[in-house]
Amino acid sequence: MNKPDTPPNSFRNQPDDRGHFGEFGGRYVAETLMPLVLDLEKHYRAAQADPAFAEQFDDLLQNYVGRPSPLYYAESLTGEVRKDAPEGKGAQIWFKRDELNHTGAHKINNCIGQILLAMRMGKTRIIAETGAGQHGVATATVCARFGLPCTIFMGATDVARQKPNLFRMKLLGAEVVSVTSGAATLKDAMNEALRDWVANVHDTFYIIGTAAGPHPYPELVRDFQSVIGKEARAQMLERVGRLPDMLVAAIGGGSNAIGLFHPFLDDPDVKMLGIEAAGHGLDKEHAASLAGGGPGILHGNKTYLLQDEDGQITEAHSISAGLDYPGIGPEHSWLKESGRVDYDSATDVEALDAFQLLCRTEGIIPALEPSHAIAAVVREAVKMDRDQIILANLCGRGDKDIFTVAEALGTEI
Amino acid sequence: MNRLSQSFPTNRAALVAFVTAGDPTPADTGAILDALVAGGADIIELGMPFTDPMADGPSIQEADIRSLAAGTKTADIFNMAKEFRQRHPDTPLVLMGYANPMTIRGSEWFADACVDAGVDAVICVDIPVEEDESLGDALRAKDVAVIRLATPTTDAKRLPEILNNASGFLYYVSVAGITGQQQAAQASIEEAVTRLKAGTDLPVAVGFGVRTPEQAAEIARVADGVVVGSAIVEIVGKYGKNAAPHVKDYVQSLSDAIRAAR
Repeated sequence: MNKPDTPPNSFRNQPDDRGHFGEFGGRYVAETLMPLVLDLEKHYRAAQADPAFAEQFDDLLQNYVGRPSPLYYAESLTGEVRKDAPEGKGAQIWFKRDELNHTGAHKINNCIGQILLAMRMGKTRIIAETGAGQHGVATATVCARFGLPCTIFMGATDVARQKPNLFRMKLLGAEVVSVTSGAATLKDAMNEALRDWVANVHDTFYIIGTAAGPHPYPELVRDFQSVIGKEARAQMLERVGRLPDMLVAAIGGGSNAIGLFHPFLDDPDVKMLGIEAAGHGLDKEHAASLAGGGPGILHGNKTYLLQDEDGQITEAHSISAGLDYPGIGPEHSWLKESGRVDYDSATDVEALDAFQLLCRTEGIIPALEPSHAIAAVVREAVKMDRDQIILANLCGRGDKDIFTVAEALGTEI
Repeated sequence: MNRLSQSFPTNRAALVAFVTAGDPTPADTGAILDALVAGGADIIELGMPFTDPMADGPSIQEADIRSLAAGTKTADIFNMAKEFRQRHPDTPLVLMGYANPMTIRGSEWFADACVDAGVDAVICVDIPVEEDESLGDALRAKDVAVIRLATPTTDAKRLPEILNNASGFLYYVSVAGITGQQQAAQASIEEAVTRLKAGTDLPVAVGFGVRTPEQAAEIARVADGVVVGSAIVEIVGKYGKNAAPHVKDYVQSLSDAIRAAR
């Protein structure tokens, strides 16, 4: 939201006025949606200029969501990592505790912002897509809070593997539509949400859950999620008097990662690492669009996609429903090509190991999504000096995943 | 270009017929395209199947799935177009589809392939005027028409932007929604066509939700063209490999109704 203050050579002055992050992003939608997308941008600009909007957003984040989330030094995990590290190695591991937010993940930050926008625009009905169900729960939550009816589109495969969140959404009064087309996961839920939107443009606001979709969604989702990085930056300076050496975050669409990274992009000494889901392995089924895909156009934006040589979208796989998407937010595609952020991946097995490690060492049950980031944190921390700081976004808690993890570990609950 | 502009008769509306390429298999499309022409279609829209057809209803989604499951590749679609052009030198052929399959090898590649196959025009569902420059410029440079869509949400301020650089014909999507669902009220179609024709000399074709000869005739009284897609695709879905004669009969019923409309 502070674009005018950034210097001309900043990494924080994207997108351009047409919503392009370099060659990525844009507004690739059907003509029926185009007037609405332009209207959304107009209203977002007005909201950005209105102190009352920021005030209401901040107030809800503080008193409803429970922000700021703590910045936590994971001393026990750090100690565990140092046992296997070479002499003098083993960076301090810190977590941004966004799993402690109301509804258990970072998703609510964005939902608060978007529902305030929806109400400014006079929209009376909300739709959303969801993969793991976290964004669906967060959307159903804000809809209950503000008294708007909502319909959540969820792939049938995800409905089956995320039953607790399905029930949560229903308790909160949402209508959940089980989507059976395609592989019946997040991408298909997004197709179905777009189909609903195009037929109900007059009264419906689409709360997109990640920093993707047609402009201005990638920008506004990033801005709403940037509270993560802004808080973390201030907390780090206050607690240790300097910035972290490396930031790590898991990436499906990439909203928690861009939210953490963006406020640090112009701090040249802060390295950043986004972790995609490598599923069964990058040479097998996975969800790592940067590592295993190429530029293409889907769901309103140009970005890296998993696709074949004819541009048909291929199915993603991850044990984590929230990362099981064949694309990525366009700003990440641009940050990859610009070289400012490094991207790597973690497999299902590595994420499961990290999940259990965090449970045992810190008494924190993480979601499977940030478990991918934790796997990378362990990998990176052993290579870094002991006085260095690695900060990861613990973007969701793992209550919703215990059934999936039990099944993967061959345990009956 | 000439083929397309000459295909709108002055004394009646043109019938624009859509089928999905490669449905149920690439080998079946030729006979189905011939059936469209034999039934009286003036312009053929050949749909490029896509894994994620966001603007399409269940009928065309299922057609896309059938086609891709049968192994339809982009190269097959251009072969179908090329063979169609050899059999039907005068019938305009429009490729319709989504941005990613069209641009994956680059816009220049796609434009060259269109020229090579004798494709007259392209409709790209998810490239609005704001993102037109790459694919649109490449196609126009090769004299392949870029057909624009206008919808019930296109207001008077936006219409000139859509018409700028539009060619071939203007496709009025009569319903804010996906393909194959409900039809718009005749009054709203008449109002929209009058408004659009005031802004352009291009023929205006109306589509989305047109199923019966009666509906087609009503639209044919006010518009320059009637587009029918999902209803034809459903016949292909129902009869599969034996669809061609059924498609011909249905298209003939539309064509007869349109010819008698005014």
